[in-house]
Amino acid sequence: MNLPRSLAVLQSDLRAGNLSVTDLVTHYLEQIRAGRFLNCFLEVFSEEILDQAIRLDQKIRQGQAARLAGLVVGIKDLLCYKNHTSQAGSRILEGFTSSYTATAVQKLIDQDTLIIGRNNCDEFGMGSTNENSFAGPVRNPLDTNLVPGGSSGGSAAAVKAGFCHVAIGSDTGGSVRQPAAFCDVIGLKPTYSRISRFGLIAYASSFDTIGIIAQNIADTALVLETMAGKDEFDSTASTREVPAYTHYAFDGKLKKIALFNEVIEHPALHTDIRRNIIETTDKLKKEGHKVDIIDFPLLDYILPAYYILTTAEASSNLSRFDGVKYGFRAENCDSLDELYKNTRTEGFGKEVLRRITLGTFVLSASYYDTYYIKAQKVRRRIKEKINEVFSSYDFIILPTTPAPPYQLGEINKNPLEMYLADLFTVLASIAGNPAISIPSGKTENGLPIGIQIIADDFNEMNLLSFSDYILNLDR
Amino acid sequence: MKVHDTRFEAIIGLEVHVRLQLNTKIFSGDINDYGIEPNTLISEISLGYPGTLPRVNKKAIEYAVKMGLACHSQIASEVSFDRKNYLYPDLPKGYQITQDRIPVCNGGYIHIRKDDTDKQIVLNRIHLEEDAGKSIHDKSEDGTLIDFNRAGTALIEIVTEPVLHSGDEAYAFLYEIRRLVRCLGISDGNMEEGSLRCDANISIRRIGDTQLGRKVEIKNMNSLNNVRKAIVFEIKRQIDLKQNGKEIISETRTFNPVAGSTSAMRVKETLTDYRYFPDPDLPPVLLTAEWLEGVRHKIPELPFEKEQRFRKEYGLSVYDASVLTSSDDLATFFESVAIECRNYKSAANWIMGPVLSVLNSKSIQIEEFDLAPKQIAGIIGFIEAGKLSYSVASRKLFPALLDTPESDIAELAEKMHLFSGQEEELVKAVKEVIEEFPKETEMLRNGKQKLLGMFMGKIMKKTKGLADPNKAKQMLLDTLKNT
Repeated sequence: MNLPRSLAVLQSDLRAGNLSVTDLVTHYLEQIRAGRFLNCFLEVFSEEILDQAIRLDQKIRQGQAARLAGLVVGIKDLLCYKNHTSQAGSRILEGFTSSYTATAVQKLIDQDTLIIGRNNCDEFGMGSTNENSFAGPVRNPLDTNLVPGGSSGGSAAAVKAGFCHVAIGSDTGGSVRQPAAFCDVIGLKPTYSRISRFGLIAYASSFDTIGIIAQNIADTALVLETMAGKDEFDSTASTREVPAYTHYAFDGKLKKIALFNEVIEHPALHTDIRRNIIETTDKLKKEGHKVDIIDFPLLDYILPAYYILTTAEASSNLSRFDGVKYGFRAENCDSLDELYKNTRTEGFGKEVLRRITLGTFVLSASYYDTYYIKAQKVRRRIKEKINEVFSSYDFIILPTTPAPPYQLGEINKNPLEMYLADLFTVLASIAGNPAISIPSGKTENGLPIGIQIIADDFNEMNLLSFSDYILNLDR
Repeated sequence: MKVHDTRFEAIIGLEVHVRLQLNTKIFSGDINDYGIEPNTLISEISLGYPGTLPRVNKKAIEYAVKMGLACHSQIASEVSFDRKNYLYPDLPKGYQITQDRIPVCNGGYIHIRKDDTDKQIVLNRIHLEEDAGKSIHDKSEDGTLIDFNRAGTALIEIVTEPVLHSGDEAYAFLYEIRRLVRCLGISDGNMEEGSLRCDANISIRRIGDTQLGRKVEIKNMNSLNNVRKAIVFEIKRQIDLKQNGKEIISETRTFNPVAGSTSAMRVKETLTDYRYFPDPDLPPVLLTAEWLEGVRHKIPELPFEKEQRFRKEYGLSVYDASVLTSSDDLATFFESVAIECRNYKSAANWIMGPVLSVLNSKSIQIEEFDLAPKQIAGIIGFIEAGKLSYSVASRKLFPALLDTPESDIAELAEKMHLFSGQEEELVKAVKEVIEEFPKETEMLRNGKQKLLGMFMGKIMKKTKGLADPNKAKQMLLDTLKNT
């Protein structure tokens, strides 16, 4: 079955009766079954979604279907879905069933979106290769020896492999954008607070952002428009009006774009990716846009600040997984201390334990000022600097990743190397700005390259229209 | 008994937790209630389930600010929350949301009275926080049970500077806090039910020393009297240790009310590191000047101010003023009686005496008292007019009125012949009628019963119909027999 790429076209087929949701879902389920070795899904809601599809077809026939009818999505295992298992890719949540649905997911369901399953991911969103899942690594559909990126690796791989139309992931330091780049799809991290976090299992609360992985800008805009908005259950969610993102359209005005000198010249940046970004921006220049390479001397401070703050928050956010109330509990413990120690040691994976340990350390009374407070100051400085950039520029463009997709097992053994994979995505996470990764050609070896565009806070509209514009430059 | 060594002084700081009387918990919409079936007032949020987030109950902030304004504290311009990280099974999230860096109320003081003089107890801070659940260790043989109903209920913690010196002062301080929170309507202040909890940090030092001695923390004092007893015991224990050349260990001790003594719970070898940091789930709440002004307007006259005013306006003693302002309703009752009868001293005496003893014996509050201020004022009025003595009024009329609260005081007093002079008037009337009708008297004495009606009519007329006919008849017959 050759499926149309955008939901709008798909829906006209559904309305015309050329296609039924049941056919569509059956197709996805077959694809998933055939591609099980990719390990994209931790669970597929096969029977349930077929029932839902039959009901939805009826609704469509009666002309009562809602706006997203026909949209089939996968949700990252960090999102809570009522009466379904949610386990954050971790053993510690073994057997945990959520009794409520995340606000963002509920908003999709309310518009007749069907949830096909939960996507594999790095445990609690901690990882850049999707090798830190209790259920094993996800493989990249482009080349099964490659990682799909992480932490929303299962989501990006599922979209690329055609297992679902769109996937809902989460992005704390690049977890949507980086796998999107590695799997050659679109990954949007909206402005922090644009989408309610209620029901998103927390990694680092002041960074966590629900994001969208899709094949085109139209679907990305539609899903964003549906999920965004205030939520009485999330005090950090923005109360700003949600614009009609689906009305994005490039305004034809010439844009001012900033590139960072320190990024272009970074020793870790792959030559092909450097060339790609120069080529892309050259094309923009040719169209009359203004592209400046400016200094961003704070680049070196981004990763340390990010890892101090996110691990600090994670160490506290993950304290609730203690074996007392739900999930995994170690057996044969003789004391409360032993219960805590054994449960957490056996329940969490290595990377999670490493980050909890690091976070506990940076929050400890004797090091709090040296690390946590200092990192907060760095974060403020970076935000100020980014704001300054946006006072003169419309967009910042930088590569999504310093390197193309890694081989399975290539960097996961070395945490520092793995942390470096986040170098360019962490910027928008620290600053909270909206950022998108769009496919931008291939390396000489045919590996996908993603280019990242960052916009000013809450400027998703321009981000979407400009991304669409860039994607269409070559055509 | 050994007298306390006067060369030592005790330095005491108190941490008082007050449970706020709110409909819902501080960070969720779960119902806030006490004494309910375990684990029925819970949801994903108060259980800290994965993915849930707190949202602050604005009313809790208002209540804390009310307390701060009443304590002359400085109110923060924005309310921010911090996480206090520690693991315990009844703490659902593995951290408690509290205020560490910036308390909602900074500094301030509370007036207490000590030996008839006023003293200001300086506060360090008042902050908001959530309560934990309750571990129940003695209900199951299999292990500990946890009731999460209390988890996430709103508390304010009032922390004093180390400025108290005795059990009496601590008692007075807690008494004042209880009176304040009740007056402000922010808590029921019941210590026995845990709405008011107090921990005391006690150290001793030689008078003249500036450095504080080693601090001992006392917990589990669940009544005002126990706080006093525990502190008195602990001060003596520490002085005894010092005098016997023994070390005071920095530790947490628990008070055993039956034995009247404190015993060691755990030694504080190292300070627990709670790894406080700002809660990223709760953006600071701005308190505007306008909002603050609105809260200020909602603050009623406070017990201490009221007490001062009662002393001045009604000329009451320190003690009377303090008792009469112990609750708002009692104070209002007093003021109604006082204004109605215009005799402030009598109004105070009546409430402090007969009224309070009824309340105490029935264990009820003034709101449940059957008599209206007007009725108490009425009784006082008759005493003032010389128609009743205080003792007759309090011992006979008052109890009778309590039995039939709806009766008219004058009618009741007359029916009971309590008005002074009422008996004498009747005697006089009988005597006069006998003298006025000698012939008829003689006939009546000789058995002409028909005349009785005529005699009664005359007597009733002379007593303006106020006499009890039965009593009048009896008196007439008695008089005829005896003369």
